[in-house]
Amino acid sequence: MKNLKILSLLFIATLTFSSCSNDDDNTPELINEEEVITTITVTLVPQTGETVTLTSQDLDGDGPDEPVVDVSGSLQAGMSYTGSVLLQNETVSPAEIINEEIEEEADEHQFFYQVGSGLNATVSYADTENDYLTNGSTNPVGIDFTLLAGTASEGQLTVTLRHEPNKGAEGVSEGDLSNAGGETDIAQTFEIVIE
Amino acid sequence: MLMLFLGIQLQAQQCNYSISGVVRDFHDGDALVNSTLSVNGFEIYALSDFDGNYKLEGLCAGTYTITITHPECEVAEFTVEVAGDVKRDFKLEHHTEELNSVTVKGQNLTKGSASSAAQLLQTDDLENYSNASLGDALREIPGVSSLNTGSTVVKPVIQGLHSSRVLIINNGTRMEDQEWGVEHAPNLDLNTAANITVVKGASALRYGGDAVGGVILTQSPKAHAKDTLYGKTILSGASNGRGYGVTSTLMKAYESGFYIQGQGTRKRSGDRESPDYVLSNTGVSENDFSVGIGLDKFTYGFDAYYSMYDAEIGILRASHIGNVSDLVRAINSGEPFFIRDFTYDINAPKQDVRHHLAKLSMFKRFEKAGKLTLDYSFQQNNRKEFDIRRGRNDPSLDLKLTTHTLQSNFAYDARSDFKADFGVEASYQENFPNPETDIRRLIPDYEMYTFGTYATASYDLTEKIKLDGGFRYDFSEIDAQKFYRNSSWEDRGYDVDFADIIVEQFDNQLLVNPVFDYHNFSGTLGGRYQFANNWDLKLNFSSASRAPNPAELFSDGLHHSAAIIELGDLRNKQEQSFKTSLELNGQSGGFTFGVNPFYNRINDFIILEPIGVQYTNRGAFPVHEYRQVDARLYGVDLQAAYYFNDKFDIKTSFAYVNGQDLDRDRPLIDMPAPNVNTVLSFRKAEWNNLNVSLRNQSVFKQTRFPNNDFQVNYINESGSEVTETVKISESPAAYSLFHIASSAEFKVLNQSTLTLGLYVDNVLNTAYRDYLNRQRYFADDLGRNFRIQIKLNY
Repeated sequence: MKNLKILSLLFIATLTFSSCSNDDDNTPELINEEEVITTITVTLVPQTGETVTLTSQDLDGDGPDEPVVDVSGSLQAGMSYTGSVLLQNETVSPAEIINEEIEEEADEHQFFYQVGSGLNATVSYADTENDYLTNGSTNPVGIDFTLLAGTASEGQLTVTLRHEPNKGAEGVSEGDLSNAGGETDIAQTFEIVIE
Repeated sequence: MLMLFLGIQLQAQQCNYSISGVVRDFHDGDALVNSTLSVNGFEIYALSDFDGNYKLEGLCAGTYTITITHPECEVAEFTVEVAGDVKRDFKLEHHTEELNSVTVKGQNLTKGSASSAAQLLQTDDLENYSNASLGDALREIPGVSSLNTGSTVVKPVIQGLHSSRVLIINNGTRMEDQEWGVEHAPNLDLNTAANITVVKGASALRYGGDAVGGVILTQSPKAHAKDTLYGKTILSGASNGRGYGVTSTLMKAYESGFYIQGQGTRKRSGDRESPDYVLSNTGVSENDFSVGIGLDKFTYGFDAYYSMYDAEIGILRASHIGNVSDLVRAINSGEPFFIRDFTYDINAPKQDVRHHLAKLSMFKRFEKAGKLTLDYSFQQNNRKEFDIRRGRNDPSLDLKLTTHTLQSNFAYDARSDFKADFGVEASYQENFPNPETDIRRLIPDYEMYTFGTYATASYDLTEKIKLDGGFRYDFSEIDAQKFYRNSSWEDRGYDVDFADIIVEQFDNQLLVNPVFDYHNFSGTLGGRYQFANNWDLKLNFSSASRAPNPAELFSDGLHHSAAIIELGDLRNKQEQSFKTSLELNGQSGGFTFGVNPFYNRINDFIILEPIGVQYTNRGAFPVHEYRQVDARLYGVDLQAAYYFNDKFDIKTSFAYVNGQDLDRDRPLIDMPAPNVNTVLSFRKAEWNNLNVSLRNQSVFKQTRFPNNDFQVNYINESGSEVTETVKISESPAAYSLFHIASSAEFKVLNQSTLTLGLYVDNVLNTAYRDYLNRQRYFADDLGRNFRIQIKLNY
């Protein structure tokens, strides 16, 4: 019995540790959130003609102001565009490029480009994880993509970034969101016109 | 412990004086049966009879010390001068149950007031939950339910109210553990408590005036005043989550009243499982310990106590979502989107909380007056919450809340029919949100000062009627320093109402210094009528006043697992409740029952309700705001038991709450659904005290909930734009679970008892979701769980 009591005492003693520190400062310091994505810029460069940019800027992040969405012009029917997406945090100066973080964690991120009904266009991926991580993976990331504009039409293009999607699920590597899972980091819709 | 000497044993002396009188409970004046009185140094004993009467005979003239022992009381010594026959009544300090559970008849439920509805959980009940949480154990009490985040974050709900409306008093100290958050479980190890009292209402004014819901009081084990060393160890194992737990308590006590005790707990569990899948990232790791030292004489004493609670709690991975369409997907799919194989690993999202409590207390008893106590306590609560972040693993919330409290109480108990308490309390609290998270602070830097004073009294009008009442005043001042986004500041209209509190302007944020004062008044009045043996009726009115908590004032930001933007309001004022509670308890033969209807009217009740939708680059989010409405809650708690014989009994309890928002004339959110618990027990003392019970837990569907559903437009997976209603309001279906519990005792070695317990929870492996579980959108609740528990008392 005595041994049990000693054992019990030892057990309590091993759990006994403490920590104490106090750091006081009277005026709290300003926090500029680094992870906020304030600005999404999708650049579509045609083989010939004018570059089209799609931007969504929301400088107060989760604040009450709505994002300002802008499409610089219309797409040319039948034209193939080289697309890329740039994510920035403009609450800090100079603006922070979020792409770097996405590239470092390319295996945990994927962009999806959904073409809404009415719009005659197709999007295909033009990059793989291997481009950023040299991990040998052929899974797409979607920072670079190709957009082929079809016949003249109007409709929506939705850009989605998912964190920790299930990249192995059916259709995900072709850009189908149905089985992707994960959580949404960005989701923005642009009104596109093809002329 | 009881020495059955009845009458007298005469010494060979020529003395024939006597001391006679009544032994009563120090607190309620009830006669104490079977108290043993002995005259120190002489072989003179007496035992008090059914009415507490005793007579010590054969004394000479002189001064004697008389020792009185009673199984439910602390050992007491009194000095009596004898110069003839002396009449003297004694009062004993009635303590609650010891470690080695003694059967307690007159339960000490006077912590609230004699007239208030209160209930006690004893050591035996608590031990069954050794490896679970406080909230799990308290659900044993009718009218107490829990608000869960998964199965690991469990907050007690008393008659429909929770969080800041329920005070948790840990061994005399009010817990300051950021209790405002619905995802913040009490930072308290259940194993430190010998018993827990739940007061359903605001009548425990000594502990605070803002208990709109109620008060939960835990009490540590008390030392016997004799030379002894004892302890217990409980080992637990569970199949669901492959969890284990160890808890040990050791107490060394001396006859002088000096004692030293220590206690430690370690709990570990991996991912829990629902009937159909693993609930990924729901592991828990908890380490707690406490140490105490003190001297407990009848007339004076002191205690020094320190406890630490440290827990790492995994939050279901699938409940961490990015925007509303993620929520729609989760609700529609009916299964979590993230399921991995079982693991003990705990990753983000998770909580890492640590609570230190240090306390010094002393008391002095003044003859024919009462007991004066003085307590100082220090608490530090550090809460870290880890979200899934891009490129970093540090916490996204890191709050350190430090509280100093000084309190003094004088309990007047010189008269057996009138008792009173007077006290003062002052505290200083500081909150420090660590800016290194690089995430805007959810709760700002603040300092808070409070001062409270109260008086309560109880009076025995007749043998059968007791009256009690009390009053409390509290002042609090909160002095905060908070950053607002310029856009939020203007959107809330603060630029008009609070322009004078701006300290500094930055590019897109501004620093403000709100300083708010609150004056709160609370009170209680009631009576208890014992109209027959084992029948009593209690009626209590109480009013509580609660100042808005920091979340209700200052929140402005995204709440992850709910995908909701929550906004506090600087304009929020205190809420005031007016509660009427009636309780009837009775016994007739083998049948006992209790009925406790209540009505609670709350003015300026602070609720979180939807006010619209906000658009961001991540999609749309519903915006909820803390607003004030007038509300009322009514309901009833019922319990009944029938003892067939010494082997079989059946107990059942039922609880119902109906909450209504009177301003908008619609139900209040998050009210517990009606529920019935029934336990059929069998026991046989000859078979190693075998106990087997079958419990049925049935929860009805909550049909009363506000409609907070909202519409969202988004491009679905196949590329077409859809408008969908996000069904966040609907309550889950009713469910019924069966649980089996069994235990037997074995004598081991010389003085030890080993208790072996085997339990099966959710025997039928029923898949269910509970309305009061915030993860009900994402996953089913726990599946079948086999548990084993080995308890050794030594």
